[in-house]
Amino acid sequence: MGVGITVEHLNAFYGKTQALFDINLTVQADHATALIGPSGCGKSTFIRCLNRMHETIPEARVDGMVRIGEFSVYNGTSATQLRRRVGMVFQKPNPFPTMSIYDNVAAGLKLNGFRKRKLLDEVVEKSLRSAALFDEVKDSLHKKSGASLSGGQQQRLCIARALAVQPEVLLMDEPCSALDPISTGKIEELIFQLKEQYTIVIVTHNMQQAARVAEFTGFFLLGKMIEFDKTEKVFTNPTDKRTEDYVTGRFG
Amino acid sequence: MSNQALPRPRLEAPEPEHGSRERGPKAVLKAEATTGPLLLGKVSEVPDAVFGWAIRLCGFAVVALLGLIVYQLVLGSQLSWHAFGWKFFAQSDWNPVEDHYGALPFVFGTLASSLLALIIAVPLAVGVAVFITEMCPVRLRGILSFTTELLAAIPSVIYGLWAIFVLIPLLRISVEPFLGKTLGWTGLFTGPAYGYSVLAAGVILAIMIIPIISSITREVLTVVPQHQREAVLALGATRWEMIRMGVLRNARAGIVGAVILGLGRALGETMAVTMVIGNRPQISKSLFDFGYTMASVLANEFTEATGDLYLSALIEIGLALFLVTIIVNALARFMVWSVTRGQPSKGLA
Amino acid sequence: MPDTNSMSEALTISWRRRATDHLMTALSVLTVVLVLAPLFAIFAYLVYKGIGSINLAFLTQTPKPVGEPGGGMANAIAGSGVILLIASLMGVPLGIGAGIFLAEYGRNRWGDGVRFVSDVLNGVPSIVIGIVAYGLVVMRQKHFSALAGGVALAIMMIPTIARTTEQMLLLVPQSIREAAYGLGVSRWRTTLSITLRTATSGVITGVMLAFARVAGETAPLLFTAFGNQFWNWRMDQPTAALSLQIFTYAISPFDEWHRQAWAGALVLIVLIVSAVAAVRLVVRHGTLAGA
Repeated sequence: MGVGITVEHLNAFYGKTQALFDINLTVQADHATALIGPSGCGKSTFIRCLNRMHETIPEARVDGMVRIGEFSVYNGTSATQLRRRVGMVFQKPNPFPTMSIYDNVAAGLKLNGFRKRKLLDEVVEKSLRSAALFDEVKDSLHKKSGASLSGGQQQRLCIARALAVQPEVLLMDEPCSALDPISTGKIEELIFQLKEQYTIVIVTHNMQQAARVAEFTGFFLLGKMIEFDKTEKVFTNPTDKRTEDYVTGRFG
Repeated sequence: MSNQALPRPRLEAPEPEHGSRERGPKAVLKAEATTGPLLLGKVSEVPDAVFGWAIRLCGFAVVALLGLIVYQLVLGSQLSWHAFGWKFFAQSDWNPVEDHYGALPFVFGTLASSLLALIIAVPLAVGVAVFITEMCPVRLRGILSFTTELLAAIPSVIYGLWAIFVLIPLLRISVEPFLGKTLGWTGLFTGPAYGYSVLAAGVILAIMIIPIISSITREVLTVVPQHQREAVLALGATRWEMIRMGVLRNARAGIVGAVILGLGRALGETMAVTMVIGNRPQISKSLFDFGYTMASVLANEFTEATGDLYLSALIEIGLALFLVTIIVNALARFMVWSVTRGQPSKGLA
Repeated sequence: MPDTNSMSEALTISWRRRATDHLMTALSVLTVVLVLAPLFAIFAYLVYKGIGSINLAFLTQTPKPVGEPGGGMANAIAGSGVILLIASLMGVPLGIGAGIFLAEYGRNRWGDGVRFVSDVLNGVPSIVIGIVAYGLVVMRQKHFSALAGGVALAIMMIPTIARTTEQMLLLVPQSIREAAYGLGVSRWRTTLSITLRTATSGVITGVMLAFARVAGETAPLLFTAFGNQFWNWRMDQPTAALSLQIFTYAISPFDEWHRQAWAGALVLIVLIVSAVAAVRLVVRHGTLAGA
């Protein structure tokens, strides 16, 4: 089962520039939540604050409270430990180019000291099945490198790699924006299946995608969260005028 | 895409084998079958910190190396410095027997051989670079640049070996007599033609520095934007005029930088020069005469230095050589950088 | 009505300019010929003069006393191997470590400083490095040794390896590192097992280039390893080296030694080229399909 995420008074900075202003929201466990908004509105920054990837940028800083389950993200725990419980899929598929498909999926486990071969085999197979990739690659798990797959397959490989660590939360930062429509469709189907077992937060600039896969949607604008509600409501009957302007296509 | 329900990704913990006392993920899973990610266990910050400091130490080691070099050179030359001061580089009397040392002949020899090398090498290197970047058919470019780089890979001692048995006889038998007859009136080409000479050193140095001057010049020429060439061509210029006005003019600073870099290389070159220059500490106008460079005297006499002052004088020459090459190289890099500014450069050696 | 005089004038100028253009092209081709001639000449002489003297005796025997024909450079070849091994053991880890520093921890003023110093070190004449190694090792130990020679060559390897390693690591896209961080891999593990691993073939090439460059060096060995006419595997005595032996023989007055100098030179070039080629092969063979 996944866990819920609570965010209170989150502010994020790049050096002196503030990117996020007082964000408050609650993500429901085992549901998919979409974050939409025009380019530069802060939704990517926000999602990267959830697993402390924001910190990897020099001079980046965060203020506020984030809880995943009962786990406080910013007090006390190491970022490394946190990231083993929160998986991330990036905008551009980034499999490790020198590793085979098997090693890619197993990377999160092997590099963290987990080496039992039989169990690894099982985990790799199950993760690839969850990512709907196993049948396509099962004959070349050790022979082909991660980078030799097509774009859509690479992204599913990255999803399998994230799932192998058995996170409680899966963060997806515009996972389909670099893919063709058919691969996009496959991945959206995947998200639909995955959200039964994981809490998913997905950033997307494609509103139809948000409508298709997410139960909840948050609308970001200029670093602030304008509205957060059930997807249906945000798209058909938004409270804030700015939300309405965005979803009806008047800007962005 | 199959429509079956995807299998639950959660691992069901397998039955323990024969009462195994395994800890770790398997056992934990069994205990907390419904929650918890696969990897538990505290993550220690220590390995990251240790690694970070070890790596920083490596970076610092580089700086420490330079410090060590300066320290050794300065320390070693103290004796000589106190004995002779600045006059060390102005006097020509190099006399180990009487323990009196003046390094002027070596400075002269270094400058003379290097300058001669530049005079020979620069037109050739720039010519090759211009040919490769502007004139040569694209297919040949790779081969030509590879072969000129090959020249850089030949060790100095092999250049010296070839110079002794091929170049010097050539100079002695053909070139020097010819030069003596035609240009002897200048005073530069007089005296007996032994072959071993400042001229020989200049020639072999020239061959050795052509690759570096050529390769940097090529980089600098490639960086000149295409529209500069096109603008000149559009005015009706011939190809040579385009090269002269549109390319070389723009790349001037960089080419000067390349030349200075070549100079830096020539100043420090030891083995090939030692093997052909004759190794006599004298200052002479004629290029046919023997000479001696700073690097050569170090190579020849360091292990023979019997007294402390002798050794210290040699080390002081080493210090001077070190300082001169550093300044020259820094100047060269600056000039090249000002032209290529930001363009990725191959690892400059 | 066009003035035929000025027209012919225009054509005359054009003729001169065209002639200049052709001349410059010819001169450029000439420069290429003049530059490549010594290259071919050197390789030709190496083979012509050296190949006849390379035989089993040459490769397995030590030098005979002056005046006696025969003998070989076995001790020099072995000595070079030992010195290069020592140099690599010191220079490669430090060089790669410094490269990792520059790429991963040094994108700041500190890194700029190290980068600058590294470039300065690259330009130091090798004989000066020999002096430094003499002061550091030979004077302390009161004898010449392969260790001293190794130290000198290591000092030369480090800046080159550091810079090429840095460049190769910087080529690894940030997204790869992020993928590892996202999985909860610690920074040191990411740097070694992911970033460095991805850049491996480039890093190894850089190491090989540094190795090839120092393998032919003579000057820094003149007063560190010093040379030896006999076998020596100990660290408390001077050691022979191939480049040193070539030098000693070349400047000697003996024809027999001259002959062997050519052979030694040919062996040196062949060894350097094959070492580089061998590493290239291993690196290429070890990568996966499509990687």
